Amino acid sequence: MYRADDITFDAAGRRLLDGATAVAVPGRVTVLIGPNGAGKSTLFKVLAGELRPRHGRVTLAGADIVGVPPARLARLRAVLPQSVHVAFPFSVAEVVGIGVADGRHGQARVERALARVELSGLMGAAYDRLSGGEKQRVQLARTLVQLEAGDGPGYLLLDEPTASLDLAQQLLVLRLMRELAEEGVGVLAVLHDLNLAAMAADEIVALKGGRVAARGTPADVLTNARIAELYGITARIGWAPSTPFLLPQSAQR
Amino acid sequence: MTDAALAMTAGTRWRPRRAGLALGACLLLVAAAFIASLAIGPVTIAPGRILEILGAALHGERTTGAALRETIIVLDVRLPRTLLGLLVGGGIALAGAITQGIFRNPLADPGLIGISSGAALAAATWIVLGGSLAAALTPALADAGLPLMAFTGALVATVALYLISTRDGRTSVATMLFAGIALGALAAAGTGMVVFAASDQQLRDFTFWTFGSLGGATWQKVLAALPFMLLLALIAMRLGRALDALALGEAEAFHVGIDVQRTKWLAIVGIAAGAGASVAVAGVIGFVGLVVPHLIRILFGPGHRLLLPCAALLGGALLLGADVVARTAVSPAELPLGVVTAGIGAPFFLWLLLRRRAALFG
Repeated sequence: MYRADDITFDAAGRRLLDGATAVAVPGRVTVLIGPNGAGKSTLFKVLAGELRPRHGRVTLAGADIVGVPPARLARLRAVLPQSVHVAFPFSVAEVVGIGVADGRHGQARVERALARVELSGLMGAAYDRLSGGEKQRVQLARTLVQLEAGDGPGYLLLDEPTASLDLAQQLLVLRLMRELAEEGVGVLAVLHDLNLAAMAADEIVALKGGRVAARGTPADVLTNARIAELYGITARIGWAPSTPFLLPQSAQR
Repeated sequence: MTDAALAMTAGTRWRPRRAGLALGACLLLVAAAFIASLAIGPVTIAPGRILEILGAALHGERTTGAALRETIIVLDVRLPRTLLGLLVGGGIALAGAITQGIFRNPLADPGLIGISSGAALAAATWIVLGGSLAAALTPALADAGLPLMAFTGALVATVALYLISTRDGRTSVATMLFAGIALGALAAAGTGMVVFAASDQQLRDFTFWTFGSLGGATWQKVLAALPFMLLLALIAMRLGRALDALALGEAEAFHVGIDVQRTKWLAIVGIAAGAGASVAVAGVIGFVGLVVPHLIRILFGPGHRLLLPCAALLGGALLLGADVVARTAVSPAELPLGVVTAGIGAPFFLWLLLRRRAALFG
């Protein structure tokens, strides 16, 4: 289990997280949702180890990650940030292979990972010439290689993995998250889009004001009352057929 | 450079499959520059003779008679100068490549952002104030102290620059460039103040800080610079993968397993060693640290595991080439080395900028 327990975090005198808890479980997909400023990204960064919480702790397989060296941590979990600017003109294959041992073994992994994100043809392309969506998928491939090179199935944290993707690619990422979970990876993603969250999640954690406002299956969390509470709008949740969905057209401020 | 031009006109990067090819090409250039630097001068010595003299010296023998003059020229005049050129050229190119990696920007160069100026200020201060003090005790201490002081000056400048331009793990390029220019100007002003207190002889020595020169090369200077360059090389060997990961950003480098703080401090010590020791023995030499890593990126790609060793080799070779030009262009007088590197490097760099604006800033 990979958990952030009872996390409190302040920045510039503001309390961004106030006793929030999130858990990634092997074989399951957990999705963080919530309005802007709810603390999703902050909780994500605390979980990744980028930010040190003021209070509370992050543990991975029972050990506090504060004491785990970065190289060891990298063998246990991979992280997909929102967007990545690469400083020098690296090729796609080089970017995907960054951070893992190379050699023939590494090359095969890079090829497999790019095939999984449906970018096989771009191996030798220059990363900085790609579209936003392609860059996002290249970064996803990079995390796949890191997971494969690590110890055990591991954990994958994704911050808005569908943000700059079109509908087909969004579905591709959702399918990948599910496949990884089936391979035993503990997947935790921040998602803005409630419909994608409902499709992707085994468990949804809804944040508001730095606290966990609700957690449970998509059916438990995505209710008319909860949406009103979280986003301050009235909306009607529909069903298709066993997954809740929300049409913006049905919502009113 | 022809290869670079070809690669760019074709609009693609030429990348050898095997890193060995790239390293081999750079090594060949170093060997050619090494021989040329020993052969060319007021007295031209055939490469065959040079190899004979070097071979004999390796066996502890010295040729006598008619060959004595050539032996002295090669072993006592040109060899220390050539080795110093390799060390300094390799050192500043490597320091440049690491600076660019750590600041995540191809424009970062110790000469451009005040690090070399910091080293020059410390070195000048040592010569004028501290040196006379130490020389009174032991002359050897005065010589050994110079690179150490220059290293310290470069270290202070690098740390200051880093602290100013980085906040919450993000380095602002604009702040870095402005702060570097300001620090450089401040250090230059300080050097100007120190020079006021200098004697006439010291004043003559200082002219070479401004433009750089290998003219004063001695075996002592080679030995004084060597430990710093070895330290830089040792550090560079540990930085390749970390600098690749840092190209993604500091948080991302941490995600893939890099100890970012440790990497930064290692890099800063290495940069200061390379830039400081170079300034101490050869003055401020511009553009090598900027142009050489850039060339390697165009030719062989930006991966640091190949970039760092290639930059060190190519930097050494190019500086030797520039020194040969500096020695022979207006013979028997000598051009300052910095005049040659800037004279060739600056137009070339401007041309690169014009060709590749998008790649640099896109």
